[in-house]
Amino acid sequence: MAAAKFDVPELKEYPIIPKLQKDAMAHSAPYVAKEQFQTQLGYPGELVDNWQQVAIDKMGELTEKYRSLQVFLDSCVKCGACTDKCHYYLGTTDPKNMPVARQDLFRKVYRRYYTLAGKLVPKLVGAEDLTEEVLDDWYTYFHQCSQCRRCSVYCPYGIDTAEISMAAREVMDAVGKGQKYCNEIIGKAQTLGNNLGLPEPALIDTLEGLEEDIEDETGVQVKMPLDVKGADVLLITPSADFFAEPHIDGLIGYAKVFHEAGISWTMSSYASEAANFGMFIGSYENMQKLALRIRQAALDLGVKRIVFGECGHAWRVAYSFLNTLAGPFDFLDSNYPVPQHICEVTHGLIQDGKLNLDKSRNDHMVLTYHDSCNVARASRMGDTAGGQFTIPRDIIKASCNHFYDMPEHAIKEGTYCCGGGGGLLTDDLIELRVKGAMPRMQALKQVTEQNGVTHMAAICAICKSQFSKVFPYYDFQMDQIVSVHQLVSNAIVLTGQTDGDSDDEDSKDAEEAA
Amino acid sequence: MSILFAILFYAATAILVFGLAYRIRKYIKTPAPLKIPTTPAPTSTPGVAFRMIKEITIFESLFKSNKWIWLFGWLFHFGMLLVLLRHLRYFTDPVWWWVSLLQPFGKYASIAMLVGLGGLLLRRIVVDRVRYISAPSDYLMLLLIIGIGATGALMTFVTHTDIVTLKSYMLGLMVFDIRTMPTDTILVIHLSLVILLMAIFPISKLLHAPGVFFSPTRNQVDNPREKRHISAWAIKLESSK
Ligand code: SF4
Ligand code: SF4
Repeated sequence: MAAAKFDVPELKEYPIIPKLQKDAMAHSAPYVAKEQFQTQLGYPGELVDNWQQVAIDKMGELTEKYRSLQVFLDSCVKCGACTDKCHYYLGTTDPKNMPVARQDLFRKVYRRYYTLAGKLVPKLVGAEDLTEEVLDDWYTYFHQCSQCRRCSVYCPYGIDTAEISMAAREVMDAVGKGQKYCNEIIGKAQTLGNNLGLPEPALIDTLEGLEEDIEDETGVQVKMPLDVKGADVLLITPSADFFAEPHIDGLIGYAKVFHEAGISWTMSSYASEAANFGMFIGSYENMQKLALRIRQAALDLGVKRIVFGECGHAWRVAYSFLNTLAGPFDFLDSNYPVPQHICEVTHGLIQDGKLNLDKSRNDHMVLTYHDSCNVARASRMGDTAGGQFTIPRDIIKASCNHFYDMPEHAIKEGTYCCGGGGGLLTDDLIELRVKGAMPRMQALKQVTEQNGVTHMAAICAICKSQFSKVFPYYDFQMDQIVSVHQLVSNAIVLTGQTDGDSDDEDSKDAEEAA
Repeated sequence: MSILFAILFYAATAILVFGLAYRIRKYIKTPAPLKIPTTPAPTSTPGVAFRMIKEITIFESLFKSNKWIWLFGWLFHFGMLLVLLRHLRYFTDPVWWWVSLLQPFGKYASIAMLVGLGGLLLRRIVVDRVRYISAPSDYLMLLLIIGIGATGALMTFVTHTDIVTLKSYMLGLMVFDIRTMPTDTILVIHLSLVILLMAIFPISKLLHAPGVFFSPTRNQVDNPREKRHISAWAIKLESSK
């Protein structure tokens, strides 16, 4: 591993709350979006002249549009309960990464212009004018929040810093100070259909290659259909599933599941992206545009169900917002929830005994599971509260013999973000990503040492990319992160599969080659 | 003195009532365009009610996050609740039976309240993270309530005030009949601080009290797939979609 240009946090045996180090991460900010990426989303190309006034007006507009923002700005009592809950604070020690301090960057301006106390006695209540310095702080620290909502679990009033980050980013976009990574991606997804800008021929190519691989491996013809009209299921998956590791193994897993269950399905080249980066910049309009592509694809292809692949933020937007943004979906089959998660589909099939899973095929791995923040704290699966925790675990346990959970404070609703969510998965923020991953690495190390865990499974495209990148900084291997449906894919014995018994050797070779 | 305090009381009550009504109206009127409950969240309305009751009575989330803040915060709030209920005896004649029953507990609750407040103040000063996030008003607010609690406790345990006259004054205030108020210093300080607290309530962080009921992450039912949830301003976007 190339030496890092910054200190990688040391993994302690037990989590500790670090001492504050002012401005420890003040130097970290992502690239600012250039004019072309701004204007395509309807924002000014660069910082507008009267930016202060525009920002203050926008702030007022947002507090009138979102009850969350209004209530959260008013309700914080500075109790401090959230101060040690953010992985970015734990990893960077910068006090402005404490959730309440992050909120306060926004709140002090709100107080100054929108509250009586802030107008009369600003010093007393910590209100401040919106200066260039404040704007810089916003740009820096609202791009050090992955909007993971861990803080919201622990706040006595449910104050969700993610909502404030989103609002701050929307205000910054409105004055012309957008973030390059997010805005460029949203533009691509709105025009080309996916975040990576993969054109249709590239998709077809990839899918054909995968079909051949599966056939070589299993002797079974498993289809990877694209734009098939009249299919029952439209699968929407993050575009990383088409090319990145280990995402692609997950995609193969979905295909095998559909094949084995005899479900007719298709993907769409028009809506070839599940992740909705519109949420990261707090833009209802941009989020809606992306959601409407999915509706359009479902209408054009005449499907009966919509199923989402493994992606955390995608699932949050799909589960919580798709119906609101792009519904009603009364043209779909009402026997299924709209949308469904691939894990719900697979889990249902396992329960009905429709899949033949040979757990021993995963015997070369000892697994743990990373609850992705947006799945854990902002969505659900199945029909009971907490299904998002049990369903993926049930699938993993049905697919392998060795599974251990990480410590309780680091999983389920207390889970730590991978460090790369919220539109921060960009190389310009690598230091932040590495440091922010620290709490997860610590918990992982614990089960590695205690239970001999060798691999961590996840159901989020960002988590998978982030971990492959940051693992080496903490002496783990890139390929220790796996897709949940990769485990299913390994374990499933397809009807008519020729390599009847497991061949560990082969899969190991394949892994090493990867 | 009696008249001055009467005016102040009426003014503070008006500020409190209208200020809070204004804020609450604002919270009600502001739409919540997207479902954002922090999950795992209840999937039914009774479930949400139960979640809210737990938040308000045992401070469930705070308990998960920090045992010290929880302990001090809980002592303070529940001490204060008992103390406030005990105070009903100054405003009712005859005194309701359950208020009489509460009297002995209410007395000691003031001590619990002060212990809680002291703990919170100490944390604010000692713990570097909490010190970092504190504005002057955060200390002043604690000192203000400590002042109210301490003067109140003094009158309960050390120098008693003329309760009979005080009660008659209070009962009079409620029917706009201004009678004489006892004027011992401790009582005057106590009442002045209470009036101040009432007046700043609607513009201070004490808004967390109504705020907690309106927090979308806590009060929403987790059913976005079953129910479409569209706000007025979002419908306008619809027509252009
Ligand atoms: S836990 Fe909530 S109320 Fe307490 S400081 Fe944090 S945001 Fe404010
Ligand atoms: S949402 Fe997550 S990243 Fe943002 S402040 Fe809260 S804990 Fe930190």
